[in-house]
Amino acid sequence: MPGLRERMLTWLHRRPQARAWALLAPGGLWLVVFFLIPILIMLAYSLMPRGVYGGVESGVTLEHYARFFDPLYLEILKRTFLWSLAGTLICLILGYPVAFVIVRSKRWRNLLLFLVVLPFWTSFLVRTFAMIFLMRDTGLLNSWLLRLGLIQQPLTILYTPFSVMAGLVYGFLPFMILPIYASLEKLDLSLLEAAEVLGARPRARFFRVTLPLSLPGVIAGCLLVFIPALGSFLTADLLGGAKQMMIGNLVQNQFSAARNWPFGSAASFIVMALVLAGVMLYLRFQDQEPKSVTVQ
Amino acid sequence: MTHSVAPAPVVQLVHVCKSFGFIKAVDDVSLDIYPGEFFSLLGPSGCGKTTTLRLLAGFEVPDAGQVRLLGETVNHKRPYERQISMVFQNYALFPHLSVARNVAFGLEQRKTPRATIEERVERALEMVRLEPDVFAQRMPGQLSGGQRQRVALARALVLEPAILLLDEPLGAIDLKLRKEMQLELKSLNKELGTTFIYVTHDQEEALTMSDRIAVMDVGRVAQLGTPAEIYENPRTAFVAEFIGQSNFFEGQASKQESGEWLIGRPGEGAFKVPQHAALTEGAHVRIAVRPEWMDVWRPEAVPPGENAVIGSIRDIIYLGETMHVIVAVPGLGDVTVAVRNEGQLMKPLSWKAGDRAAVAWLPEDCQVLEG
Amino acid sequence: MNRPLPRWLVAMAAAVYLFLHLPILVLMIFSFNDAKFSAEWRGFTLHWYQRLLERPDVFRALKVSLIVGASATVISGVLGTLVALALARHRFQGRRAFEGFLYVPIVTPEIVVGISLLLLFALLRFPLGLTTITIAHVAFCISFVVIVVLARLKGMDQHLEEAAMILGADEITTFRTVTLPQLWPGILAGALLAFTMSFDDFVITSFVSGPGSSTLPILVYGMVRKNVEPSINAISTIILIVTALLIYVADRLVQDRSLA
Repeated sequence: MPGLRERMLTWLHRRPQARAWALLAPGGLWLVVFFLIPILIMLAYSLMPRGVYGGVESGVTLEHYARFFDPLYLEILKRTFLWSLAGTLICLILGYPVAFVIVRSKRWRNLLLFLVVLPFWTSFLVRTFAMIFLMRDTGLLNSWLLRLGLIQQPLTILYTPFSVMAGLVYGFLPFMILPIYASLEKLDLSLLEAAEVLGARPRARFFRVTLPLSLPGVIAGCLLVFIPALGSFLTADLLGGAKQMMIGNLVQNQFSAARNWPFGSAASFIVMALVLAGVMLYLRFQDQEPKSVTVQ
Repeated sequence: MTHSVAPAPVVQLVHVCKSFGFIKAVDDVSLDIYPGEFFSLLGPSGCGKTTTLRLLAGFEVPDAGQVRLLGETVNHKRPYERQISMVFQNYALFPHLSVARNVAFGLEQRKTPRATIEERVERALEMVRLEPDVFAQRMPGQLSGGQRQRVALARALVLEPAILLLDEPLGAIDLKLRKEMQLELKSLNKELGTTFIYVTHDQEEALTMSDRIAVMDVGRVAQLGTPAEIYENPRTAFVAEFIGQSNFFEGQASKQESGEWLIGRPGEGAFKVPQHAALTEGAHVRIAVRPEWMDVWRPEAVPPGENAVIGSIRDIIYLGETMHVIVAVPGLGDVTVAVRNEGQLMKPLSWKAGDRAAVAWLPEDCQVLEG
Repeated sequence: MNRPLPRWLVAMAAAVYLFLHLPILVLMIFSFNDAKFSAEWRGFTLHWYQRLLERPDVFRALKVSLIVGASATVISGVLGTLVALALARHRFQGRRAFEGFLYVPIVTPEIVVGISLLLLFALLRFPLGLTTITIAHVAFCISFVVIVVLARLKGMDQHLEEAAMILGADEITTFRTVTLPQLWPGILAGALLAFTMSFDDFVITSFVSGPGSSTLPILVYGMVRKNVEPSINAISTIILIVTALLIYVADRLVQDRSLA
């Protein structure tokens, strides 16, 4: 006599689709209701005129998006873009050697990896504050420089483009190191040995074998830094002050002091669009990338 | 007194088909397997042997045809509803359970009383030659490959199944241990009377252990028979090539007034072949001849009545037990002859590379191939 | 390639490591500094830690963070594991689309997630508080849990489940006796990750929390803004150490690969 359990299992067995969707439904529903729909609401808001208290009135308008052609906001977009790009490049220059060293070390590899993974997961807020502690007028750097007699007055390090850039690099460096490490780790050492036997010196081996084969990791790392940097908020907020606004700060501003929710939504949507564009590019690139690399 | 009723098959596949996407993994396969047999599914990777096994186990459902176990059609029965046991390729021992708990798993599912379980687990471990006192509490991670294999076997056999499926169980084991285990499996099969259905790509293994073999290729059964039948009378070129080695010849069949058949090519001489179903006048025929059925002679000294081709010796390869004499025959290519090695140091072959030689064999040793 | 690495390379890597860790170390060291505003070392003290203990708002914030963290972890852990099971063990239509959809929250900037949820709650006139924070945290944690659990599932020998089934265990029993014990370290690692992310989150939380429902990061942000005393260092140190421990444990769990 088939009990409830057997009947349920038989029913599920004959409907593989039902099985899968039964498992997916709770999580999927949560994401639809609390992620997708809110974003759609945000999109809708961005297309509606501003109401008296900063909310929305009924109607449809593109004025909020149009405002982005204003030089002030274009400047913010440009700054966000440039800083993210610069930050990415610096991360690349600093991060690649680290990944390389980790891959080549045998004894310390786990420890070195852990020391990169750790900042990856620890509180961004706290790490950003650590930068403030170092860079502010009464901070450590200034205090040492004064002590050493190298300067007479405290330098203004904080609230400059430099501090924001430093904060971005500091925050996102692990995001660059880990993918490059992953890709270097997969490198087949016998390829390098073959190159050596064919007469290639270390520099040639690096530029013609190692670097090209680690390119997927480099691209992944660049995107993993560039994309979040575009949408970052805390770094510019705490380290940049009012004058160094990135688009993330603009968005936040509209929801607090400036009280312009529709405009804030539009700005937010633009950030999202930029980020998604970057991801699409990356996925497109991944599809085109041949699995085997020809060494010229 | 002869028994005119054959025992009923324990396993039957009736026109079973299974596809994955566009690939026909099992293409209209029909088989009967009898109680107590050691039955092997043999073939190269991708031939469908593992899929066939999984259809028997219940991990796949056939697209067409019937799977019958012990007389019952079980197409939609889940693996846990079938009276069948299995040993997996990588043993699939539960890493978080001890050896004893692994072996007891099936018995626990059947709600067997504790005392009985303990006793049967002990006997099962002894049956696979693992000392219970030493191994029962060990974890799979602490065992060697061969020991894990035995635990997997014990776990399957403790349930006293009528049918045991084995999916290339000896693949990851080194050669010497493999030979040992082959003999053990064979003797377990005879001792217990359990039907063993064994999947392998290793033809030597299949020939050694099986009562019957189904040679599979691209989802179909190429030939089904005893090891002797498969080896000595291969029916298709695939079987002739996959099992052992073969030399191939082809030509057109023509019947003589004497009733004999000749296969020949104009201007190249003809071979006498025994009568065979595939022979019709004018038909294009391929024959296979195994190297060990051939011999090397001086061209003038070929025994009468034998088929022969003449060429020159290209190479002699030392293989230990046998010597392979490669004879280059103009128009036919290389013919390989296997000659028993009577000791090259004491009784060396009188042949050397470059000699003119004839390769000869009896007409009965021609295997006429189908398809 | 057994040749030692060039000196300049090692030096450069060492410098980067220093760059990554020195600020934090300095932060932690100065949490023991006996000086209110100066960055000069004046002596060792636990004064700032004591001050923390005396502050009720710190305890309140900690309580909120823990409650939200625990709830978000349990919910996202369960939901994420279910999704991972579906993705790993079943073929179904719309699979690629769902996978894509699952990974969008990971790339979406926190600002966007925070704002959009604020709009939702405002629209529904739902009061901002612990519930809204928990909802938000679950939303961004699910995807991470899925990734971790999925990785563990993919590493599992699929034949284990088949072996259990052929030994007589039905799907539910197989899941209970074979899949779950194997999966458990992965689920735990995913849960730890979710907790850490929830505990540390600032941006999203700042948009969906109301007055009186400050989490620890929100409190810290306020302190940083007001540029208060080394108490910030103290609380930062505590947060860092707790997080480091959690990450270490999660890392160990993921490494634990029992042999099949």
